[in-house]
Amino acid sequence: MRRFVLIAVPYLWLVALFLIPFVIVLKISLSDVALARPPYFPQLDLSAGWEGLTSFFAELDFENFWFLTTDDLYWKAYLSSLQIAFASTVMTLLVGYPIAYAMARAAPEWRPTLLMLVILPFWTSFLIRVYAWMGILSNEGLLNQLLLWLGAINEPLTILNTNTAVYIGIVYTYLPFMILPIYSALERMDDSLLEAAEDLGCSRLSAFWLVTVPLSKNGIIAGCFLVFIPTIGEFVIPSLLGGSGTLMIGKVLWEEFFSNRDWPVASAVAVILLLILVIPIILFQRNEQKQREAEG
Amino acid sequence: MKTHLLTMTAGAALMASLANAEEVRVYNWSDYIDEALLTKFEEETGIDLIYDVFDSNELLETKMLAGGSGYDVVVPSGTFLQRQIAAGAFQKLDMSKLPNHDNLWDKIQERTAEYDPGGEYSINYMWGTTGIGYNVGKVTEILGEDAPVNSWDLVFDPANMEKLAECGVHFLDAPAEMIPAALNYIGEDPDSHDPEVIAKAEEVFAPIRPYIQKFHSSEYVNALANGDICVAVGWSGDVFLAQFRASEAENGQEIDYSIPTQGAQMWFDQMAIPVDAPNPDAAHKFINFILDAQNAAAATNYVWYASGNKAAQEFIDQEILDYPAVYPDEETLAKLFTTTPYDPRVQRTVTRLWTKIKSGT
Repeated sequence: MRRFVLIAVPYLWLVALFLIPFVIVLKISLSDVALARPPYFPQLDLSAGWEGLTSFFAELDFENFWFLTTDDLYWKAYLSSLQIAFASTVMTLLVGYPIAYAMARAAPEWRPTLLMLVILPFWTSFLIRVYAWMGILSNEGLLNQLLLWLGAINEPLTILNTNTAVYIGIVYTYLPFMILPIYSALERMDDSLLEAAEDLGCSRLSAFWLVTVPLSKNGIIAGCFLVFIPTIGEFVIPSLLGGSGTLMIGKVLWEEFFSNRDWPVASAVAVILLLILVIPIILFQRNEQKQREAEG
Repeated sequence: MKTHLLTMTAGAALMASLANAEEVRVYNWSDYIDEALLTKFEEETGIDLIYDVFDSNELLETKMLAGGSGYDVVVPSGTFLQRQIAAGAFQKLDMSKLPNHDNLWDKIQERTAEYDPGGEYSINYMWGTTGIGYNVGKVTEILGEDAPVNSWDLVFDPANMEKLAECGVHFLDAPAEMIPAALNYIGEDPDSHDPEVIAKAEEVFAPIRPYIQKFHSSEYVNALANGDICVAVGWSGDVFLAQFRASEAENGQEIDYSIPTQGAQMWFDQMAIPVDAPNPDAAHKFINFILDAQNAAAATNYVWYASGNKAAQEFIDQEILDYPAVYPDEETLAKLFTTTPYDPRVQRTVTRLWTKIKSGT
């Protein structure tokens, strides 16, 4: 009985915070837009009893999903989001791994301080930090002033409102999510393994590739998921730092919801986004599990 | 800056609300009131005022349609108001609680009746135009003394835009205003609901698109003031705010606003009470407070938007009343146009076209 309760708690959590909201979104995605409050039809009316319930389900259809295939905007936005998320994840990994590595190699008494420094930015609101980047990257901003003063450039660089600024913003914002899991994997690593590799004739570089990187694999995977998943749906960073040409699904969703007042289509966009994210993750985990079973 | 003020107001309001239970929540456009009026209202009525801001009608409308926004007074613009009334988002005003109602300007009421027949649901807060804000020095430097600052040619003629691109041009991210402006420029009916006519706006935007740095509806205020950009298609009072901020900062940027001679869109921001407002009584008190001639004048003297309040004109700075970019003369007034709400199908065409214009997809 106690075991049952223990297992039930996380499942209840999932049902309450994931499954129920998802069912609501799915329900809206199957309804039709209406000029009302809230702006869709049909509404679930439980007071009408069984009859109300059947007529409610009779009104639902997949029309909105069909609509998404009639306009190439949606596919382009999904693809562009995937591309931006993929590139940002690679960049965050390239920047984050050396930092995590250096932290794990630092003297033990320094590690808590370094860890603190990574977490410190979270104490300021995320929005304010993105705004700060606007001040740094704008035409009359700090970066351009510095470069002009140094004589490195003659004309201010246009960075703000371009995709470059979006990448800078994403890498900056999500860097701690990459560093922390990699650091925790590297910190647990047994140094004698490296010594053994070198004793057996491995150069330091190949010891890094053959021993350190594989041992930090779980940290890398966790970090990549933590960066990739929120980046796909990212809305704030591209709308503040990006130009109007930056096409991302978060922005398309916003427009369906706010400009078109079409909650059903907006919900359909969200459902597809979720499927794009969840299906690869499930496949990946199944694959991992199989490998583990094969090894075990 | 805005966020900072907001936090302070919210913080102060939270502290005050511990002492006093009655409160009124107002949701208004950003940079749209003299903050001193907010304190004055609290002192006069003893009601705690929680004042939040937004920068797009779309955002407000979604909150209204979702319901349960918790706001007592909101300020949508004409066409948005009309659609939200149809959706049942607002309650009828109780005129007996609005004795200052007689201060309203009949000429403006005639125009707003198009959106709210009989004025049963809303009271005009301010009205203005959508025109061109520009940095006098930079535009003259690039296009010469005879730069067409009084014409839509400045932003819709690719030859001008190509040169202006180097100092930065922003457009409003508001299709309901930018598409009518483009249609008006090419001699079409700005209020057309015909998808084929609306599609013609694309031909206006396509050649100038590479030279537009950003579509955004509030960033241009600071960007103009700091000299980050030199031209913005924007709302009259917001450009004057940029002008004011630049002169405050003494950074040498001179900002001005023009209503282009080809005509521009005239819009009306209307105070209304959501149907599920927690405290409609206090909401009426707030609207009546704003309807007071001196208070309405104080707001206009601060934000430089024209007031829908006739009685307030006595207290409005003569400089503002005489400024045709704020209070247009009869000749300009005749050229200003208004628009009506799109139905959902046309709305989708407009939004889709706007996305295409912005992102090229």
